[in-house]
Amino acid sequence: MVIQTSIEHKIQSALHPVFLEVANESHMHNVAPGSESHFKVTVVSHEFDGKLPVARHRIMNRLLAEELAGTVHALSLHTFTPEEWQEKNGEIRNSPPCMGGSKAG
Amino acid sequence: MEVLERIKEQVESNPVILYMKGTPQMPQCGFSSRTAEALKACGHEFAYVNVLMDPEIFENLPQFADWPTFPQLYIQGELVGGCDITLDLHERGELQKMVSAAAGSD
Repeated sequence: MVIQTSIEHKIQSALHPVFLEVANESHMHNVAPGSESHFKVTVVSHEFDGKLPVARHRIMNRLLAEELAGTVHALSLHTFTPEEWQEKNGEIRNSPPCMGGSKAG
Repeated sequence: MEVLERIKEQVESNPVILYMKGTPQMPQCGFSSRTAEALKACGHEFAYVNVLMDPEIFENLPQFADWPTFPQLYIQGELVGGCDITLDLHERGELQKMVSAAAGSD
């Protein structure tokens, strides 16, 4: 839970989200039980207002650079403004299954 | 050729290029697989690089576009995004337009 908690704290303090969900999906992959390698993050924040998807993801990638350089191997990002989130009705795509291409390099 | 130059040359000479784990026929990562499927559904040829087979690109691509993860999709020399962004564009019908426009400009 260490990494998950750290991800949550960083996002909370930087983006003041109106909704935040950090899901550890590592169990869906070929990693040891209890791993913190694959995360799906859903963030709804006014910080994304007027920003294109690439810019939003760059904010997230910078915020979590330390985690990405460490044990976090996959980060699925779903970033919305509060208005988009309302339109979407909270429906988020499921992450894909693992296909064996483990953390090479 | 220096690797960053090599990547620059690839993204500029291919209207649509996907850096992925595995190949569109044999993807080795669920995120790469879904991205390749979305591109295939657009009905145009696209270039790809299997980053698992090119350690130099695997190591340096994140630095090239300041983007830490794979896959990475480039259209007309610009980073479009990874799996999540590409699938969002696909669901909204925008990916098709971007790919068609790029293919037309080839």
